[in-house]
Amino acid sequence: MTERVQKLRQQSLDAAPHLSPERAEIVTRVYQKNDFLSAPMRRAVVFKTIMEEKAVCINDGELIVGERGPAPKATYTYPELCCHSEQDLEILHSREKISFRVDEETRAAYREKFIPFWRHKSMRDKIFSEMTDEWKAAYEAGVFTEFMEQRAPGHTVLDDKIYHKGMLNFIADIDTAIEKLDYLKDAGAYRKQQQLQAMRVCAEAIITLAQRHADEAEKLARSEKNSKRKAELEMIAENCRQVPAHAPKDFWQALQYYWFVHLGVITELNPWDAFNPGRLDQHLYPFYKRGLEDRSLTREIARELLQCFWIKFNNQPAPPKVGVTAAESSTYTDFANINCGGLKPDGSDGVNELSYLQLEVIDEMRLIQPSSNIQLSHKNPDAFLKKACEIIRKGWGQPSVFNADVIVDELLRQGKSVVDARNGGASGCVETGAFGKESYILTGYFNLVKILEITLNNGVNPLSRKKIGLDTSDPCAYKSVDDLMDAFRRQVHHFIDIKMRGNHIIERLYAEYMPVPFLSLLIDDCITKGKDYNDGGARYNTDYIQGVGIGTLTDCLAAIKYFVYDQATIPMADLLKMLASDFQDYESTRQLLLNRAPKYGNDDDYADDLMREAFEVFYAAVDGRPNTKGGVYRINLLPTTCHVYFGSVTGATPDGRRARTPLSEGISPVQGMDRRGPTAVLKSAGKMDHVRTGGTLLNQKFTPQLLDSEKGLDSLTHLIRSYFTLGGHHIQLNVVTADTLRRAQANPEQYRDLIVRVAGYSDYFCDLGKTLQDEIISRTEQHSV
Amino acid sequence: MKDIHGNIFNIMRFAVNDGPGIRTTVFLKGCPLHCAWCHNPESISPAPELMLRPERCIACGACLSVCPQRAIEKIDGRYVTHRRLCRECGACADACPAEVRSLIGKMMTVEEVMREVEKDKIFYQSSGGGVTLSGGEPLMQPQFSSALLTACKNKKIHTAVDTSGYAPLSIVKKTNKYVDLFLFDLKILDEELHIKYTGFSLQPILTNLSWLCRNANELVVRVPLIPGINDAPDQIEKIGRFVAGKKSIKEIQLLPYHRSGADKYARLALEYTLPNLVSPGRQKMQEIASSLQKHIQTVSIGG
Repeated sequence: MTERVQKLRQQSLDAAPHLSPERAEIVTRVYQKNDFLSAPMRRAVVFKTIMEEKAVCINDGELIVGERGPAPKATYTYPELCCHSEQDLEILHSREKISFRVDEETRAAYREKFIPFWRHKSMRDKIFSEMTDEWKAAYEAGVFTEFMEQRAPGHTVLDDKIYHKGMLNFIADIDTAIEKLDYLKDAGAYRKQQQLQAMRVCAEAIITLAQRHADEAEKLARSEKNSKRKAELEMIAENCRQVPAHAPKDFWQALQYYWFVHLGVITELNPWDAFNPGRLDQHLYPFYKRGLEDRSLTREIARELLQCFWIKFNNQPAPPKVGVTAAESSTYTDFANINCGGLKPDGSDGVNELSYLQLEVIDEMRLIQPSSNIQLSHKNPDAFLKKACEIIRKGWGQPSVFNADVIVDELLRQGKSVVDARNGGASGCVETGAFGKESYILTGYFNLVKILEITLNNGVNPLSRKKIGLDTSDPCAYKSVDDLMDAFRRQVHHFIDIKMRGNHIIERLYAEYMPVPFLSLLIDDCITKGKDYNDGGARYNTDYIQGVGIGTLTDCLAAIKYFVYDQATIPMADLLKMLASDFQDYESTRQLLLNRAPKYGNDDDYADDLMREAFEVFYAAVDGRPNTKGGVYRINLLPTTCHVYFGSVTGATPDGRRARTPLSEGISPVQGMDRRGPTAVLKSAGKMDHVRTGGTLLNQKFTPQLLDSEKGLDSLTHLIRSYFTLGGHHIQLNVVTADTLRRAQANPEQYRDLIVRVAGYSDYFCDLGKTLQDEIISRTEQHSV
Repeated sequence: MKDIHGNIFNIMRFAVNDGPGIRTTVFLKGCPLHCAWCHNPESISPAPELMLRPERCIACGACLSVCPQRAIEKIDGRYVTHRRLCRECGACADACPAEVRSLIGKMMTVEEVMREVEKDKIFYQSSGGGVTLSGGEPLMQPQFSSALLTACKNKKIHTAVDTSGYAPLSIVKKTNKYVDLFLFDLKILDEELHIKYTGFSLQPILTNLSWLCRNANELVVRVPLIPGINDAPDQIEKIGRFVAGKKSIKEIQLLPYHRSGADKYARLALEYTLPNLVSPGRQKMQEIASSLQKHIQTVSIGG
């Protein structure tokens, strides 16, 4: 690491996250003044005004420039979506974990300007006022969560288009699209024209932002004494004059271009998963190769530029959330998850020299942001996987590993073209997408275990005693586990219907009130369709509902099948009584349920077949149903940290789990219940049909001892390859000891640097809540004694 | 083949220290030797044994009423097992919900073991792994071991046998046909000390090793290093000189002593006779490894 990078990295680590009122002030002012604009134009004016007025920040020594706020970790708020109350601000300021400093000036602005203006007007207020009582009852019971109540739809990734085209080319495309509008035949022509005009304004605005950075760099260069830095600043100015107006000419400009685009997307709104350059090693490789050939670039300069680029991500914490959404994913990381490796558009091995350099950068930077992953195809060389595993075994949680071949199959099954599929990858936690062409929105987590609980209580939520589900008859009358499955199926459909009805209103609210003309520029085919990203402008428009707790659900079904029906040793009525009392005075039965029932994750078909059945129920309720944007719904199985929240609203369960404790996460087995080692876990997880999902998350924890030898490292690569042969979508590996984690819990000050993989992303262990810390500790350690 | 039963006490998947690649290790119960440092004390006796983990007890009392020997007594709220009354029938283990009590040792057919072994075939293929028979002493159950190894070979699964080497030569010869790799323990090259710490003579072991040097497909010698017992320079030198020039010995693996087995002695109510030994550190292991490298090229640490 160069001295420059060391310094910038340390500054980024040391900077304290704090709120900046800059954006909220501008957006409030623009909305107050512009009542009669169409929605896209109003959003475009907001964007333009921010780009024209925001403070320009060029940090000392940096090579890639631009911050979202006025300084590193100065974090914007988005009051048009969700306006923090004064109390929210105080909580953010004073809470122990994931805090944001809020100064008096910001509080005053909220008190005097933002709160009075946005109260009852923000998207969050609109959404909740439109939801039905049954939706609210299910939401409050913890049956599902809602993603869009304080963050915008996003969940998308860029392809390679910006490396060939400047914003001026995009503007030319827009002008062509406007010229082609047919006001005689197309009733929507004017609407399209407004949308396209708005995109045009945004394209111009991002050029303005770059020009302002060029001006600032030139100003700094004039007063710079150090000749080397002076030359750098002049280069920075030149870069900012070139991109994003024009296509980038070299490696440095390519990174700078992406960074401006990234800032544009995360400033326009606060889309989920921020934004992400996607297949970075492939996009940059032509620039890298050319640079080496004409000697304008060396491997070391490329490394330094990439590292400067990495630090920029770490300077932008995820915008602060409130309430349930904060509980479901409480973290500074904003889920930008950069891909490496995979396949080329022609289907050949996509690993190049830059892939290896990118892995080295990940290793040296050790930052929670950006997140990183490798896309592993059977066509990729073992050396690539091994190099990734060498980083993985260091135990700070990156990179995670995706099955590039299965991702292509998933995208093909969803009807994407083969080239779009190969250009796709994984983003956010584990979500599959056709990069640059798809809007793939996660709409909410879905608590599968809670629905089983409601089924076992004949539609009643036992924790509130309110009837929120269907009347599916008294479970004591069921003759077999099939009867239970039928009832469960009906309840799942019931709640999916409720969730989708809500989704379709929320989707329309975003389409009508919160278009994103800047993001729309970047995703095909918004320009040619003249349609916003939030209104179905993308080539593919997929909505996801994310199932949580399939491990716990499976173990519950297996315990019921085994004890209530097969062995007939625990009558259903007794079991229900025990659950209602949270096993008070039934510890020995609870132990039987824990220790004697078949469990998912042990390569035991008794349990694993039930997992498959449960999967089919969820799949059938969701997959292929239409949304309001011309696309359809799909499922995926990932929890972020929602399994902790969902567990906290779910009573005791038939697998022996106590009330309010976490559910299983992702598609991992219940914590501590996988007792046959990692190969058995992978076999069980491999029995799921991953190709019919848009992503599954499997978490495995390894102790460092297991992996410190060459043999251990090889074994890890073989485990991964074998899991992918079985059709697994993704695996992430935590390499730590439980003792280390316990020590970290007791003495957090000594372990501030300890990063663990949480669920599709890495985070500082000490920033996690105690329940989540405990849960990570209890995840089975795979030991080979 | 269906009728041949093996006495098995564990089948461990994802074993990465018992031969190449990712393996499944089948542990056979019963061993002719009883080495003082054995970290699998439950492997020594061929008879079923009751293992206790009292720290897991939830004091439900399920064990009390089912014991036909009345060997369990409630004293001060704790359930105490009188070992001298216990006939190791396993009734209490069946009744215990909390896994405090388990009966070690299970008769299994070749088919049953193969069903388990074949589950990880995909991992063997990717990693060049396979099956390892360990124990206990696999050669103490020659009929079963041969049948199981044959079944593996029929399924094209790589086979390894981890042996103490203490068996009749005829059995070694018969088994050798189905074994791709022998992991052969060599503990102490001194007859008197060998008898003192393992209970038996070294001679049959050396005879078998010499025969395998000429006839085995692949041969690795494993030396457990027990502080103060076999780690003195002259003892190491003896081992070095013994293996020197025996080209068929591909590798020596040094296995550092660790106390992880000591807990098991308590759970089985067996006496752990070794004093409180400290595991040899990495540096010590490396010293020993380099002193052996004078005699044989490949010396690895930790299996």
